[in-house]
Amino acid sequence: MKGMDMATEKSGADILIEALTDLGVEVVFGYPGGAVLPIYDALFKQKRIRHILVRQEGGAAHAAEGYARATGKPGVVLVTSGPGATNAVTGITDALMDSIPMVVITGQVATHLIGSDAFQEADTIGITRHCTKHNYLVKDPARLGDIIHEAFHIATSGRPGPVLIDLPKDVQVATASYRKPGAVTHRGYNPQVKADTTLIETAVDMIAAAERPVLYTGGGVINSGPGASQILRELARITGAPVTSTLMGLGAFPASSPQWLGMLGMHGTYEANLAMNQADLIVALGARFDDRVTGRLDAFSPKSKKIHIDIDRSSINKTVRVDLGIVADVGRAMEDMVKLWKARAYPPAKLDAWFERIDEWRAKKSLSYPESKADIMPQHAIERLWAATHKQKPIISTEVGQHQMWAAQHFHFEQPNKWLTSGGLGTMGYGLPAAIGAQVGNPGALVIDIAGDASILMNIQEMATATQYRLPVKVFILNNEYMGMVRQWQELTYAGRYSESYSDSLPDFVRLAESFGWKGIRIQGAQELDAGIAEMLAHDGPVMVDCCVAKVANCFPMIPSGAAHTDMILQSDQVIGEMDDEAKALV
Amino acid sequence: MHIQEGAKERHTLSVTVDNEAGVLARIAGMFTSRGYNIESLTVADITEDEAISRITIVTSGTPEIIDQIHAQLERLVNVHKVTDLTELGPHVERELALVKVKGTGEHRIEALRLAEVYRAHVIDATITSFIFEVTGTTEKIDKFLELMREIGLVEVARTGVAAMARGREAA
Repeated sequence: MKGMDMATEKSGADILIEALTDLGVEVVFGYPGGAVLPIYDALFKQKRIRHILVRQEGGAAHAAEGYARATGKPGVVLVTSGPGATNAVTGITDALMDSIPMVVITGQVATHLIGSDAFQEADTIGITRHCTKHNYLVKDPARLGDIIHEAFHIATSGRPGPVLIDLPKDVQVATASYRKPGAVTHRGYNPQVKADTTLIETAVDMIAAAERPVLYTGGGVINSGPGASQILRELARITGAPVTSTLMGLGAFPASSPQWLGMLGMHGTYEANLAMNQADLIVALGARFDDRVTGRLDAFSPKSKKIHIDIDRSSINKTVRVDLGIVADVGRAMEDMVKLWKARAYPPAKLDAWFERIDEWRAKKSLSYPESKADIMPQHAIERLWAATHKQKPIISTEVGQHQMWAAQHFHFEQPNKWLTSGGLGTMGYGLPAAIGAQVGNPGALVIDIAGDASILMNIQEMATATQYRLPVKVFILNNEYMGMVRQWQELTYAGRYSESYSDSLPDFVRLAESFGWKGIRIQGAQELDAGIAEMLAHDGPVMVDCCVAKVANCFPMIPSGAAHTDMILQSDQVIGEMDDEAKALV
Repeated sequence: MHIQEGAKERHTLSVTVDNEAGVLARIAGMFTSRGYNIESLTVADITEDEAISRITIVTSGTPEIIDQIHAQLERLVNVHKVTDLTELGPHVERELALVKVKGTGEHRIEALRLAEVYRAHVIDATITSFIFEVTGTTEKIDKFLELMREIGLVEVARTGVAAMARGREAA
């Protein structure tokens, strides 16, 4: 070996650490094990990358998701082979469904043992092929550096998603040279970010001509970066169009705007769904016409022309046929539309008649709920939580179920990257690790997991992670002693046969909190609510609040699965009983 | 309750991909995980450096499904290019089959006569059997097999479809 440019050889584990450092990775969420010991030894010897030790690998994946969603940077996961990898699968799938940029590094048994059913061997590449955007098995340490850089490029560009690198133990030990590569190019992977100009012209013409337009925004606007949320506000301002959003897109457009319709879909507002139903133009911006949004497809927005802007070409015309499909980064496309709109100096749109109709729907007050003297209504608890915290611009995560929908309805978001929820996969147990990840990425922020009593138990072990790293996350449990959404569906579609949906044998959450070194607070009765919230906010460490709420409250409004937007249920007296088989078969 | 399905079309797709481990699993897996049909699939590397393979897939589905299949294939990182030859226009399709037929006497002579009509070659013979090699469109091979079944078909091996657009340009 001679010559100055000949790089010194490094172990695969050291190459991994150096490449991650070159990529600007500051934190890794992980859990050690036999097949990643060389990497953990390399981590031990350096100071640039912080490792957050979770308590189960599923927690690592969700924490990385929360970190990514709250910071806009990719989340990085490091787990061992076999059970380490399989435990992470739910979080990886969650990231795929919600387009979260994530890089997962899994240990693997040594290359000569692959396929021999070795100890802690699993076919990680095979198992994760369908729940990653892409995955790699690295057999040559000389390829490792390039693969890591390519993995980050793929995870963060186009429609973001999880990319997994499976790293056999011998490849972690074997040596090769590493040099930071230049820009990554790939023959088969070139996401289109800039829209075709003629399509932008057509889109602007269609918006200018519309009498009843709706901007229907989704998680793509958040993924496109904070600039996209700003340009969305500008697009809404100049076109005057009302704006609705999917669950994943909340925060891209401020809930305080008079143009805001609220969330649409199954538990969306009456005005959002009726506006979609009666619109003459729908502009879908980084949203994917999910079944929770559309309801019955043949009755979805029957009178409208539809424009769909999405970076994923396969999302266009997947479930809903559109009149104009535009493949592009939604932020860039909106920027082009705003420029063109201004260049053409369109007069302000006359949408008064449209907003008059919208105001009639708003007058229904579809988010109102029956009041209770005896119990805390869960919706009320979220309203009070919002009132006490919104000035601090908190980051809110949720688990999955009724509390998640109530949070989406009653916590009003003004900014992107403040709302972390499992939308596509609907993973119970997401909220606590996601809050931990968000807090790691935003040490000064107020981070609250709005949870349910059933969901919180699914990743309860992560309380120890928050304790270890002194992460002052707040977990606000709406405790109704039920898997509330399951119970609600059983009430509405199975004549109240509550099959296995009662949360029996719940722990004492206050003592549980204390045993993990957290503060525990119980709120019982409306008179304790504001004081309990204040006490939670006053404590500078992690807090678990057991907020005992009305046990059988339902989440309304609701479009029953497979029903049309116009078949919305506003309160439960409108439907109780048994549904027919077609309705039961629709998830 | 009954499950309903829409009217289907048959499409031939030509897909160029990185020739590396797992690519075929990704493609086949995408079809199964999304519930799409594969009627036939052929794959072989096509470049001097063995870096690129060409996969020919015959699939069927409603026009919307075919469009989704096209888009979903393009999403795969290892896929370079997808061409829907059926959509593109005139193209040729060929399949090769090896067909083992047994029989004696008049059956044997009839098998040879029919083979001649279908331009099938005898590539193995015993006193009581032949193996024919027959090339053509899927329909032609289906027809040949139908006739051989009457005579004494023993077994069949088919390659699946290879296809290419007509004219001088690459598709």
